[in-house]
Amino acid sequence: MIQFLLNDTPIEVQECSPSLTILDWLRTKKGKVGTKEGCATGDCGACTILVGEEKTNSNGNPVWHYQTMNSCLLLLGNAHAKHIVTVEAVTTGLYPTLNDLHPVQRALVECHGSQCGFCTPGIIMSMLALYINNPCYPGKKAAIHALGGNLCRCTGYSPILLAVEKAYSYERKNEPYSAMAAQFKASLNTQYDDDVPFLKNGPRKFYLPQNAKQLVELKALYPHAHLVAGGTDFAIELSQNMLLPDVIISLSQAKELCTISDNNGELHIGAALPYSQFVDAFYNYYPESKELFERLGSNQVRNSGTLGGSIGNASPIGDPAPLLIALNATLDLLSAAGTRTINVADYFVDYKKTVIKSDEVISKITVPKRPESLKLACHKISKRFEDDISTVCLVVAVEQAQGLISNARCAMGGMAAIPKRAAHIEQKLNTQPLQVNTFIDAATAINDDFAPMSDVRSSAHYRTTVSKNLLQRIGIEFCGAQPSSNKNNNNIAITRISHASL
Amino acid sequence: MRHFEMDKLKAQGGSVGQSKYHESAIKQVCGNANYADDNPEPHGCLHAYPVLAPITSGFIKSIDTSKALEVAGVKRILSADDVPGKLDIGPVFPGDVLLTSHEIQYHGQPVLVVVADSYATARRAARLVVIECEQTTPILDIKEAIKKEHWVRPPHSLQRGNSEQAINNAAHQLTGEIHIGGQEHFYLEGQIALAQPDNDGGIHVQCSTQHPTEVQHLVAKILKKPFSFVNVETRRMGGAFGGKETQGAPWACLAALAVYYLGCAVKMRLARSDDFKLTGKRHPFYNQYHVGFDENGLIEGADVTVNGFCGYSPDLSDAIVDRAMFHADNAYYYPAATIKGNRCKVNTVSHTAFRGFGGPQGMIMGELIMDDIAAKLGKDPLEIRKLNLYKKGRDTTPYHQTVEQHILKDMIAQLEESGDYWARKEAIKAFNASSPIIKKGLSMTPVKYGISFTVQHLNQAGALVHVYSDGSIHLNHGGTEMGQGLNTKIAQIVAHGFGVDFDAISISATRTDKVPNTSPTAASSGTDLNGMAALNAVNTIKERLINFISEHFEVDSQSIVFKDNLITFSKGEISFSELANLAYMNRISLSSTGYYATPKIHYDRAKGEGRPFFYYAHGVALSEVEVDTLTGENTVTRVDILHDVGSSINPALDIGQIEGAFVQGMGWLTTEDLQWNDKGQLASFGPANYKIPAIGDTPAEFNVNLYNSANPETTVFRSKAVGEPPFMLAFSVWSAIRNAISSVANYKYTAPLDTPATPERVLNAIEQTASWFKEHQHG
Repeated sequence: MIQFLLNDTPIEVQECSPSLTILDWLRTKKGKVGTKEGCATGDCGACTILVGEEKTNSNGNPVWHYQTMNSCLLLLGNAHAKHIVTVEAVTTGLYPTLNDLHPVQRALVECHGSQCGFCTPGIIMSMLALYINNPCYPGKKAAIHALGGNLCRCTGYSPILLAVEKAYSYERKNEPYSAMAAQFKASLNTQYDDDVPFLKNGPRKFYLPQNAKQLVELKALYPHAHLVAGGTDFAIELSQNMLLPDVIISLSQAKELCTISDNNGELHIGAALPYSQFVDAFYNYYPESKELFERLGSNQVRNSGTLGGSIGNASPIGDPAPLLIALNATLDLLSAAGTRTINVADYFVDYKKTVIKSDEVISKITVPKRPESLKLACHKISKRFEDDISTVCLVVAVEQAQGLISNARCAMGGMAAIPKRAAHIEQKLNTQPLQVNTFIDAATAINDDFAPMSDVRSSAHYRTTVSKNLLQRIGIEFCGAQPSSNKNNNNIAITRISHASL
Repeated sequence: MRHFEMDKLKAQGGSVGQSKYHESAIKQVCGNANYADDNPEPHGCLHAYPVLAPITSGFIKSIDTSKALEVAGVKRILSADDVPGKLDIGPVFPGDVLLTSHEIQYHGQPVLVVVADSYATARRAARLVVIECEQTTPILDIKEAIKKEHWVRPPHSLQRGNSEQAINNAAHQLTGEIHIGGQEHFYLEGQIALAQPDNDGGIHVQCSTQHPTEVQHLVAKILKKPFSFVNVETRRMGGAFGGKETQGAPWACLAALAVYYLGCAVKMRLARSDDFKLTGKRHPFYNQYHVGFDENGLIEGADVTVNGFCGYSPDLSDAIVDRAMFHADNAYYYPAATIKGNRCKVNTVSHTAFRGFGGPQGMIMGELIMDDIAAKLGKDPLEIRKLNLYKKGRDTTPYHQTVEQHILKDMIAQLEESGDYWARKEAIKAFNASSPIIKKGLSMTPVKYGISFTVQHLNQAGALVHVYSDGSIHLNHGGTEMGQGLNTKIAQIVAHGFGVDFDAISISATRTDKVPNTSPTAASSGTDLNGMAALNAVNTIKERLINFISEHFEVDSQSIVFKDNLITFSKGEISFSELANLAYMNRISLSSTGYYATPKIHYDRAKGEGRPFFYYAHGVALSEVEVDTLTGENTVTRVDILHDVGSSINPALDIGQIEGAFVQGMGWLTTEDLQWNDKGQLASFGPANYKIPAIGDTPAEFNVNLYNSANPETTVFRSKAVGEPPFMLAFSVWSAIRNAISSVANYKYTAPLDTPATPERVLNAIEQTASWFKEHQHG
């Protein structure tokens, strides 16, 4: 059985399709139709809901933390022990007036921020999460990050951005949700504590192991089971590709897989820990990685998606892999037999093919301590700045001694069937002086390392050209000088376009 | 009353001109504005899903449905043979088939429809049908279609004067061409219809459509029933943008067909990826021009050919390519012109209406020509644009309509000043000279857009207004609400007409049994047509009330004024609600229909002469961009817009249309990259690989103002249509990107830049510009 709180109503479910998403459950089983299906692939945000989760605050007290997720990507079973808040809970009552509305709703009405209104419930939920988590208006950049995963086809977004700020101009309204959730937690049926929460529908089952031991035992029992963590990719297989797996095992609540620890600069990141819960620790040591993580999916996706999911999925275009490869990170593969550790770079074999065995799960990613002389550059090229898949993702890490490059690691996504290191480029960087021309020269080896394909995102020619140009840019960034004879400008800021609205 | 006479019954209330909130805004933010998929499903409702052709071009050899029929919950699989009436659902010309049983003309064309007890079951079972085909070679390349004269409709041309001679006699000549990408509507609410048996013996259809009457007609025709058998209802759409003008009908027809056989309610909703694959989009175009001009850049003659990539059937392509031709001049006078339009048949889904209806694909030619002339002569593009504007004496279009209103000159002058054009131009030149990698660009482009359906009979509308005996008012009209605020504006018009509060007006769903024989809500005409029809209904009731008051109170009808919920006259006053009750007690009819047909318009297509447009709407935009010359990435840093909506009925809604249209146009021209692979499959079939603008793409600084000018024509309260015209303001972004690129060659060369201007296309144009400069620098 799984148990969770939907708005103010405790829910217990046992007999249910294991592949059902919260979106479909809300709309078809509960008549909660305020949450809309725009795309059902996590790209539009119309189905955005709040998911509350109990956390421990800095004083060691339990607090409920609310963040946005795409309900089309959230499997029903993964909602166990959480608080699902939908748009219907923001203002209750059948015929509310303007004065009855929550500040975020009122602001959106007063700013004329809804036209067709279909994206609006999702917009409201993203605005609400931002409002709950920020007592004061956090600025336009934060607003854009919060709403980057909510597409609106009508307004052009200006009135929505105005409304985010205007919501703070009314008397502040405190959220009532954590009190509801605390009450639910207290009443939670604990008699099944030792059992693994599950759903079943005939022979089809969904298991939600609560710890690593339960997880590896289940995986040994069902070696062909599909693993899911955040579900940001797998849910699409279920709802859009109509996959009907017999057994799904979710890693998302196995507690050892949901932790992060900092061992004197070495980061141990649980494979099932969502991006939004570890990126700050990552930025502490590698602020350059913001370029990738801030543009990885949307806020909703970063609140659900995990490193283990991205790596496990073995996509040639997942942005974390090139970064982890360039940083020389390792993976722990856990099974009932124990743990083996491999380099992230060695994990990928061929398109969607990896070295993982059927009884193993990815449990942890270890990022080594930052070498003192490390220079890191992360670049992502896509048609749209926010929430887009990389055409090319390029990460370069070099160390240096006496002005010479050492330990160059250049890893790229979108250029081959797997995320891959550029051995020839690395070779042309190592032992060379750290200067722009070294990078321009190394870039000429791009064709020795990659023969990219042409697809819907770009031509092979563009992938190659832009990769070469990015290597030149990285040289400029690392060395702080222009390649040309122009002496007026060695300002790094204007050698790279920044998104104007951010 | 066919046309509205402005001064006959002066409206006195205060609603018109106010920025009322969208009538559904509170419901929308609370999540209880219901769309077609949100109403409770009738008991035992079934779900239908189409079975799609597995090839792009060829013939069906055999179909095996056995595996699909084995799936628990599958009720029936219907084919073309099950359609009792007409199989062809072409809206104007035949060619669009509901289900194909023989020839396959595009990848994914619906072949069968599976009806099952759940959406997931129907969808899963549909994939289990095995269709064996014999493949033929598809035509996917527009140039091949042109060469083979493969048309969905015959070519057409407009001519004024001898353009060939004028071009050849001019001091300078230029030619150019451009490939223009299509555009997916990406309405957030996908296509959906719920059909159910009506207790009165017919079929009731709730459908997300801009054209309920056409859905009614097509459902009736496929079922071989009279139109009165079918009632179509649309409360609101979650966006449409032209994508639900004809494209909503097939799904309503298939749901109704299933109702016909299964006798219970049937819902049909397309998953987003299938919505992408099975519904038409904005036409991609391939256009060419040849112009002659003098040493100042003044055009003397222009030949423009527009080639629309129509897909497999006519749909609305005849009128769409016509509109591209009508707008190939944009705001510029071509003293002699030949405008040719080809409707190319290719093996893709049939392309359809999309905000601007071919206008954008024509108008870009005017802007392309202006930029190319400026580069050729080394002049500022804005000077060339200003020089070539229509003006008194130079005011006849290639289709022989006289342009009567010349406000663009003043609008450009205002924006030059408020946008600080010349100072920024200089600052950008200085910036570019010292910035080797990032280049800035600036461009101002105008819009002149013709308002009216070019298919004349569509320029009519009806409305129905009831005043209840307590003075509350119910409004219904033939237009549909897709987010644009049509219901809000028309409620303002009705409130204004009666001199009552906006809140006194209730609006309900558009239904074919309330207002019949409606036109689609399209061509930006929603308010112009339906607003006037509603006002005519109001005036009919008001006339009865005025006659009643003057008789009942024995007062001069001239003294009667409707204002602030009161009716005042020489002997006193009475509240609107008291009047309504008094009139009822005295047996005065308080309900009326209203009707309107646009005056003045006429067009002889065979001659290519007439006045297809009642009036023109105008706008000017100034955009500044930054371009990264290493990657082709670009961003819009500032946009200033001045737009002409006549006398605005609701300034906030109008500005909302302008901002939204601009950003949608910007998406079309930059990130929205519609692609088919070499097999004819749509490669960009979902939001993961088709990118509409996201919130951070909105211009960093975005100043939008309304130009102060009433419509000289007698439109409703002298307002102007606003849905489509501002879409084309986005050319300023594309032109500014070209401007930034041309800085690489010191503004001496402007590389071609096909659309959308993705980073890849921009980088290619930069490389081309750099190599041109390298070649010509020393020469």
